[in-house]
Amino acid sequence: MKKLIFILWLVLLVLGVIGVWERFIFEHKLVGYGSYVPWGLGVAAYIYFIGLSAGAFLISALVYVFGVKRLEAIGKLALFLALITLLMALVCIWFDIGHMERAWKIWLSPNFNSMMAWMVWLYSVYFVLLLGETYLAMRSDIVWLAEKQPAGLLKLIFQGLTFGSRDVSEPAVARDRRKVRVLAAIGVPLALAFHGGVGSLFAVVGAKPYWHTSLMPILFLTGALTSGGALLTSVVCFFWKKGEEQRELAGILAKIILGLLCFDLLLEFVEITIPLWGNMEYHTQSLKLVLSGQYWYVFWIFHLLLGSAIPLALLLSRRAGVKGIGIAGFLIASTFLSVRLNIVIPAQVVPELKGLESAFIEPHLVFSYLPSFHEWRLVFFILAFGSALFYAGWKILPVHK
Amino acid sequence: MEMKKKISRKDFLKLAGTAAASTVAAGLVEPDKIAAKADEEQQPAQADLSKLPREIVYKNELLRMQEDLLKALKKSRGMRRWAMVLDLRRCIGCSACTIGCKAENILPPGVVYRPVMDEEFGTYPKVTRRFTPRPCMQCDNPPCTSVCPVTATYKREDGIVVVDYNKCIGCRYCITACPYNARTADFGDTYTEGTPQVQDYELRPAFEYNKKWPRKRGLSPIGNARKCHFCIHRIEVGLLPACVTTCIGGATYFGDNFDTDSLVSELISRPNITTLKPELGTKPKVYYILG
Repeated sequence: MKKLIFILWLVLLVLGVIGVWERFIFEHKLVGYGSYVPWGLGVAAYIYFIGLSAGAFLISALVYVFGVKRLEAIGKLALFLALITLLMALVCIWFDIGHMERAWKIWLSPNFNSMMAWMVWLYSVYFVLLLGETYLAMRSDIVWLAEKQPAGLLKLIFQGLTFGSRDVSEPAVARDRRKVRVLAAIGVPLALAFHGGVGSLFAVVGAKPYWHTSLMPILFLTGALTSGGALLTSVVCFFWKKGEEQRELAGILAKIILGLLCFDLLLEFVEITIPLWGNMEYHTQSLKLVLSGQYWYVFWIFHLLLGSAIPLALLLSRRAGVKGIGIAGFLIASTFLSVRLNIVIPAQVVPELKGLESAFIEPHLVFSYLPSFHEWRLVFFILAFGSALFYAGWKILPVHK
Repeated sequence: MEMKKKISRKDFLKLAGTAAASTVAAGLVEPDKIAAKADEEQQPAQADLSKLPREIVYKNELLRMQEDLLKALKKSRGMRRWAMVLDLRRCIGCSACTIGCKAENILPPGVVYRPVMDEEFGTYPKVTRRFTPRPCMQCDNPPCTSVCPVTATYKREDGIVVVDYNKCIGCRYCITACPYNARTADFGDTYTEGTPQVQDYELRPAFEYNKKWPRKRGLSPIGNARKCHFCIHRIEVGLLPACVTTCIGGATYFGDNFDTDSLVSELISRPNITTLKPELGTKPKVYYILG
């Protein structure tokens, strides 16, 4: 099994590196999106990863802000996952923009009338906070590791990471804990704001009725919590040391993601049925494409069957066990990309003006979209990069000790 | 004969030059001079139509628009409000404006500023078609500018919505925000790619926004959002936009809507004028005459 996963990872990495090479050599020439559908898989994957990050972070707040003792063991893991998925999201969106070398302009000359500028500023602050919080949550373990580790590169790394302060006395640890608590408390509204901001980025686009709903930011938050919580659950179920602690953690997490999934489905239900009931073409065009368009299976098979029905059955079943919960979490987390794709794409494939689709026929001027293999390769790279970071952190850092 | 005598030789040549603007526009101005003065007020062409008999100017819509244009250029930029009127009764759907624009701005595949939409009404034998050119609406209340994370796109004081090519990061948010699909993205393609040689005419610099934009990998406008800008680089040297001069049916009008005497102001004040999606409140400065 381990070998198989390694081979799979290697395949992702090789394809991914080719994708990145292509990205720099051919720039935007190999993409499947165009002028009428300007946002494609890259943007969907970006909001998917950033949702995982916000979700995992908010779950960590259960430990650090709300003091849920029974989840204390996974606090660091949740922070660590939030950090990795945030990095994945940032690399992902960086590949997507037309002028990668100008990304800094959003920090140095932002337009705060733009939801995008807000989003970037908020997650920059979030990134710094997350880095600090993760470090402080692990500091005492790092000091311990720096001493226990046999001499070598790792010892040097840990010694460097202590930044000279080796104080692990009771008051020092308590101080760390207080700082973590403060950072986490600031982090909660920040995470709500930045991921709500990602949702608002879409919601404020009045030209796209499918995006332009007040529920969008809320849907992003519940989606983030559901997918991030599910990712955390699957990691706990598959990687945590087997035993009573794992069983207990899995049991609590299963209840959390069950509730979140149900709430998410409820919101989706109203978001879909209300416009259909109103039955105005302007509001239903994109929805009908989701439900019965060319790519209907993204919603029905990936999201509803694999990402909702099977996990629901597993989470409700008394006989599922840790493995079953893990599979449920993995299914929810991995298929959530289909939810993200179904947010980003359907709004754009409806022409703003009738007749535009055939007005001027040329590559990139089409109102349909299927990701090119190059775009998938870029996502493969992000996945290989993220899982490598995760594996290294899991092996080296004290995320589960 | 009487008329001819009134026009001096010098004026006649100027008139000829102006008329030529409609066909061989590029010949009138030296591109290098444009490039030298980046985004400054350009010196309008020296043509003076005022000595022409009024009847001639008023009979010829191109001449009248030309005169309106020169008149507007004498004012400062903030005192002008450029507007376009499209008479759909005259549009024959030839797409010459689309191609004229493509050639003028050297647009690559995937970038189009002014497609012409073609709709069919009725059933045989009672069938009609309507052709609707769709340039940028140059909205007075543009939904595309406020979403830009770096203020690379904005409305100028004369009402034209522009893109600062060197500022644009290529996030394409503005493209999603336009309710007319009037913005497109430059993916760096060329038409002759995949043939034995990418042709030089595709790599010529464009002169948009009074600057020279050589087509080179990694350089703007490749990777940017692009849009119709009413041919700023032409109008500011006294030439009508490329789509106006290439319109064989005379369906495209252009001028200063702050000048109440201009031809466009005259057309816009009639009751048969409309805009696309007026319910959005974007207040387009491109108007349509349906019938």
